[in-house]
Amino acid sequence: MPDQEKYNAADPLAEAGTEELEMPSAVENRTFDLGTMEAQSLIKPERLQDHPEAPAADERVEARSLWQDAWRDLRRNPIFIISGLLIVFLIVMAVWPGLFASTDPLKCDLSKSQQGVSSGHPFGYDNQGCDVYARTVYGARASITVGVCATAGAALVGTVMGGLAGFFGGWFDSVVSRIADIFFGIPILLGGLVFLSVVPSQSIWIVVAFIVVLGWPQIARISRGSVITVKQQDYVTAAEALGAGSSRLMVRHILPNAVAPIIVVATIALGTYIALEATLSFLGVGLKPPTVSWGIDISSASDSFRNAPHMLLYPAGALSITVLAFIMLGDAVRDALDPKLR
Amino acid sequence: MGRYVIRRLLQMIPVFIGTTFLIFVMVHALGDPVNALFGDRAPDPAVAEKIREQYNLNDPLWLQYLKYMGKLFRWDFGTTFSGQSVTSLLATAFPTTLKLTAVAFTIEVIFGIGLGLLSGLRRGRVADNSVLILTLVVISIPTFVTGYVLQYLVGVKWGAAPATVGDQVTLDRLILPGVVLASVSLAYVARLTRTTVVENVRADYVRTAVAKGLPRRRVVVNHLLRNSLIPVVTFLGTDLGALMGGALVTERIFNIHGVGYYLYQGIVRQNSNTVVGFVTILVIIYLAANLLVDLLYAVLDPRIRYA
Repeated sequence: MPDQEKYNAADPLAEAGTEELEMPSAVENRTFDLGTMEAQSLIKPERLQDHPEAPAADERVEARSLWQDAWRDLRRNPIFIISGLLIVFLIVMAVWPGLFASTDPLKCDLSKSQQGVSSGHPFGYDNQGCDVYARTVYGARASITVGVCATAGAALVGTVMGGLAGFFGGWFDSVVSRIADIFFGIPILLGGLVFLSVVPSQSIWIVVAFIVVLGWPQIARISRGSVITVKQQDYVTAAEALGAGSSRLMVRHILPNAVAPIIVVATIALGTYIALEATLSFLGVGLKPPTVSWGIDISSASDSFRNAPHMLLYPAGALSITVLAFIMLGDAVRDALDPKLR
Repeated sequence: MGRYVIRRLLQMIPVFIGTTFLIFVMVHALGDPVNALFGDRAPDPAVAEKIREQYNLNDPLWLQYLKYMGKLFRWDFGTTFSGQSVTSLLATAFPTTLKLTAVAFTIEVIFGIGLGLLSGLRRGRVADNSVLILTLVVISIPTFVTGYVLQYLVGVKWGAAPATVGDQVTLDRLILPGVVLASVSLAYVARLTRTTVVENVRADYVRTAVAKGLPRRRVVVNHLLRNSLIPVVTFLGTDLGALMGGALVTERIFNIHGVGYYLYQGIVRQNSNTVVGFVTILVIIYLAANLLVDLLYAVLDPRIRYA
């Protein structure tokens, strides 16, 4: 029960009138970033309780699940449609960049270094005389791969660790929570600088692995809170009373009800991971050439930004639009899953 | 209250040890610092051995860590390989970064909470929507892009503020880097404040305060804002540590010789004492900020009593 109170305490009004509160620790409840902030309200227990609204006898109401409801909301939300289309477009661009650009991003002509727009090269040339348009198009692949794989990895590890910690509690919970605290104590950019300069390999997967290692605690914390809240609901007790085992309880009853906040955090984290990859590449420890990446392009353009701003602005614009699209998607999904706003 | 503080301090110990040990291991995995010290030339084996002896590099890693921590508690961070003591390096670097962080933090608090309050009180209106869109855009643009663009526009093109800071760390030179450093956190603070203000504006105690006939200003500041600030304070506390760590990028763009600058040099030159020392201080600041936040809770929310 004390854990339950901790999560209630995040809401200043949840327990108005009760005299004694379990101390909320900022370390337990702190909100790290947009993702956590957005998902926090989804963990509040009132969301998960059954509120059967008795329909009038002659009125037949089709029962809809939270997900059907959310999907119905999403289809009407212009933000969801815009960000969804943008993401589909970006994914197509990442998978088949040849559809959008016929120039090879690695075929460069030094004599054209830093030149502006010319026919067939709408974004001009960069320092090395490469076509900025082609590099911007091809750069989508690295960013989206890192974002999607890192999020998938962090979400998987985080959900499993956090979920098990929340479900079993006890010493396992303490150990997982303390490990998560340790990883949180390391400023992420600093950790990246040290960790990635240790590893000599330059592949995309090293960057993905690093982001998973430092990213999972955030999702673990959310999924732990969410599982603890769901675990105390009546339908879980009922299933337990009917003799359901731990694994059945977890997979059939708890997971489907606890997954909503995790999805929201993961979607928003995807956007921030893409920005993180670019920042690491900018600092010179992330992806390395010949990989085509927006971070690398922005970094190499920054030296001569004053002479040729176009070299920096196009990849930076593409990067920002990608991050924005994923954050907006997460926002829209959160709105749809949060019944408070209905 | 005292018992609570002690309990929290005890809880911090494993986190502190774990974090510093992790950093210690990673830094020492960077490679042999003695070889890095000699650059391209192979070191004289006797000299290399002497240096290894001097910096305890022959011991197993855990023993090195213990020795290091033992010295740390006497406020001895060791010396860099160039003979300078890390403590003196810290003394040059930290005031600069502290000034930058203070400027950024002030901007973040004033504009973040201000915009969030404005937006929350006018939910659904033009002001609210523009704040929401503006903050989303700010969040999606990485700091280093904001940094270069603002440096170019404000510092070079319009000449409104100095483009780089260099050695003279004065307040007017720090405003532009401060804005850049604060921008993303500012957007988070504004969004968080807006969310809690929207949640609380329909609360009973606000209605009561209005019904009592209190002036609007008093209702907003003393009742609404005080209750809405609790999650915001949590965020601000944890963000203080993040700001100091995040100063890395900003300091690089604006040529500020602060913590980020020396840390970066330390990592590039594989100067393990510098890196571990700086990171340890950052971790301590981060943990202290967390404790402070917990204590501030009691001030803001009288319902919370620390037994």
